[in-house]
Amino acid sequence: MPQFLGRTLAIARKEVRQLRRDRLTFGMIIGIPLVQLVLFGYAINQDVRHLRAGVADLAGTQRSRLLVADAAGSQVVDIVAEVETVLDLETLLRSGQIAVGIAIPRDFDRRIQFGERPPAQLLVDGSDPIVLATARGIAGLPVENRFRPVLPPAMRPPPQTFEVRAFYNPEGRSAVQIVPGLIGVILTLTMVIFTAIAIVRERERGNLELLITTPVRTWELMVGKVLPYMCVGLIQVTLVLLAGWALFQIPIRGSLVDFYLAGVLFVSATLTMGLLVSTAAKTQFQSVQMAIFFFLPSILLSGFMFPFDGMPRWAQRFAEILPLTHFVRIVRGILLRGASLVDVHRDLWPLLVFMTVTLALSVLRFRKRLD
Amino acid sequence: MSEDVAIRTRGLTRRFGALVAVDHVDLEIHRAEIYGFLGPNGSGKTTTIRMLCGLLRPSDGEAEVLDCRVPEDAERLRRKIGYMTQRFSLYEDLTVRENLEFMGEIYSIPPAAARMRVDQLLDEYRLEHRQRERAANLSGGQKQRLGLAAAMVHQPELLFLDEPTSAVDPENRREFWESLFRLVDRGTTILVSTHLMDEAERCHRIAILDRGALVANGTPRELMRGIDAAVLEVESEHLPAARAALDRIDGVMSVAQLGTRLHALVDTALPEPERTVRAAFDREGVEAAVELTPANLEDVFVAATRSRPE
Repeated sequence: MPQFLGRTLAIARKEVRQLRRDRLTFGMIIGIPLVQLVLFGYAINQDVRHLRAGVADLAGTQRSRLLVADAAGSQVVDIVAEVETVLDLETLLRSGQIAVGIAIPRDFDRRIQFGERPPAQLLVDGSDPIVLATARGIAGLPVENRFRPVLPPAMRPPPQTFEVRAFYNPEGRSAVQIVPGLIGVILTLTMVIFTAIAIVRERERGNLELLITTPVRTWELMVGKVLPYMCVGLIQVTLVLLAGWALFQIPIRGSLVDFYLAGVLFVSATLTMGLLVSTAAKTQFQSVQMAIFFFLPSILLSGFMFPFDGMPRWAQRFAEILPLTHFVRIVRGILLRGASLVDVHRDLWPLLVFMTVTLALSVLRFRKRLD
Repeated sequence: MSEDVAIRTRGLTRRFGALVAVDHVDLEIHRAEIYGFLGPNGSGKTTTIRMLCGLLRPSDGEAEVLDCRVPEDAERLRRKIGYMTQRFSLYEDLTVRENLEFMGEIYSIPPAAARMRVDQLLDEYRLEHRQRERAANLSGGQKQRLGLAAAMVHQPELLFLDEPTSAVDPENRREFWESLFRLVDRGTTILVSTHLMDEAERCHRIAILDRGALVANGTPRELMRGIDAAVLEVESEHLPAARAALDRIDGVMSVAQLGTRLHALVDTALPEPERTVRAAFDREGVEAAVELTPANLEDVFVAATRSRPE
């Protein structure tokens, strides 16, 4: 065995040993992916249901009561209060006791008959973007279907211009949208922190002072330290993919080989970022801070949480640098749309560029001499 | 470089910005001797050692270590030297044996040979019964021995020890030095930095460093004999008065109290120091016994570092 390989493997073996004995880190490797998966999959569910609603039924007719019953039956809203005036609804809304107010005016029946104005009003807490969007979605539905026959044909609203067909996720389940991107989010968080800490710890504890007087070369040390975390990253990928498939029935439409190849590339890009952080941080605490500094724009701008197309131009340009942006597109492509690596090549090379640049910078900064 | 010289430097200098950490140091260290760097913190001991290992680039001057020019041949030199850092720098979460085996792998020792070497080291440094213990759980003395064993895994010709026993009790220190002498008997050269006089006294030869400059060197005995000062011991019932009187005499370089006695260094420019001091005491009415004594290493150190202008 060539000596450089022996030394690299010696470092890697030692790192695995240390990792196995470090219960906290070991717990994080398994814990962070599962906790995040469950949080994002179940708790942070964008299919909003059971919004608390108040009703001010000023009409009090059979039709208005039917409307309220329909709204409650949809399960999107739970009627928690019935009040006398629209003003009371506004008070409840302001105090946060309800998220939606249903106001039915006195001339409700007449409005349905003539159909010139919307028959009822929905007061929505617009300070919560998701509630607003959901409430808008339900605004028209129950009234139209139930009362449409009442309308004279000339007064019926025109049919929709477009019929929307949601490809790849026909039910519009948010877990399907979130879990693939979540793989990238988890890796961005854990890989950068693990790598940075692993190297900074060596410096903090004085181990590096000893190693630099031995024949170990800089790149051997780096590769040896990073290799075990490459495996850790792939274990995490597998864990999230399996759990997403078992718990949320995430489809795997593309090839697993393509998926793992893209995974290796992305894990490498985050690891080199960790290396770069380690060359700048003096303590383990600092490296965690820097990792979070990198993590925040990644999670916010990558298109994982907020729609990429809604961001201003400069933010989009910046987001194109971040590996997570491209990985979110790649995994959604492979897992949900059944795309191949060739189909997503436009997002592969930015990962390569990011990896090469950060690696070059780290090697330059991580000089073997102390001066 | 002749056969028996391990380290030779000419005008070795290192600056950090405006600070001159090592100032034109000339050294000649022979093979199979223990050479000591004696100096306070910040005197340039560690910086010099780092330059000799090829870790720091000298700002000026040249150094040759084991026939390698540093820093140019540093990579080749690394296989021939061992380095024991000031603080414990092995892996606390690995066991004693794992640490030694790791060092063996780093120096590319074939597995079978490495196992034998590790067994031998565990035996020699009395760590056999602790070999499956994590390094974090070792006592100070055991950590010390493990550090030395790890630096010796690849049987280096030259060993650098940076303040090796500052944190170890006297008994462990003595034992540690015995193992160093065993290494020297087998031909290893050892360069040790220290600020402890008793440690420096055990070295074959020492160099006294002061603010980056080499101010004296030789065997401890040579230095103590050749000291450029007279050493007086003063015994008195009234030490504060005696001390005040000494401080007023021109040519008294330093006074230190040792229990009930005063230990004074007097410039050799002062003729008949014993009589001058007695006369001064008589004049000031201080009753004291004054006696000339041989210098110890601390006197040498004080005399050498005092004679340089600030």
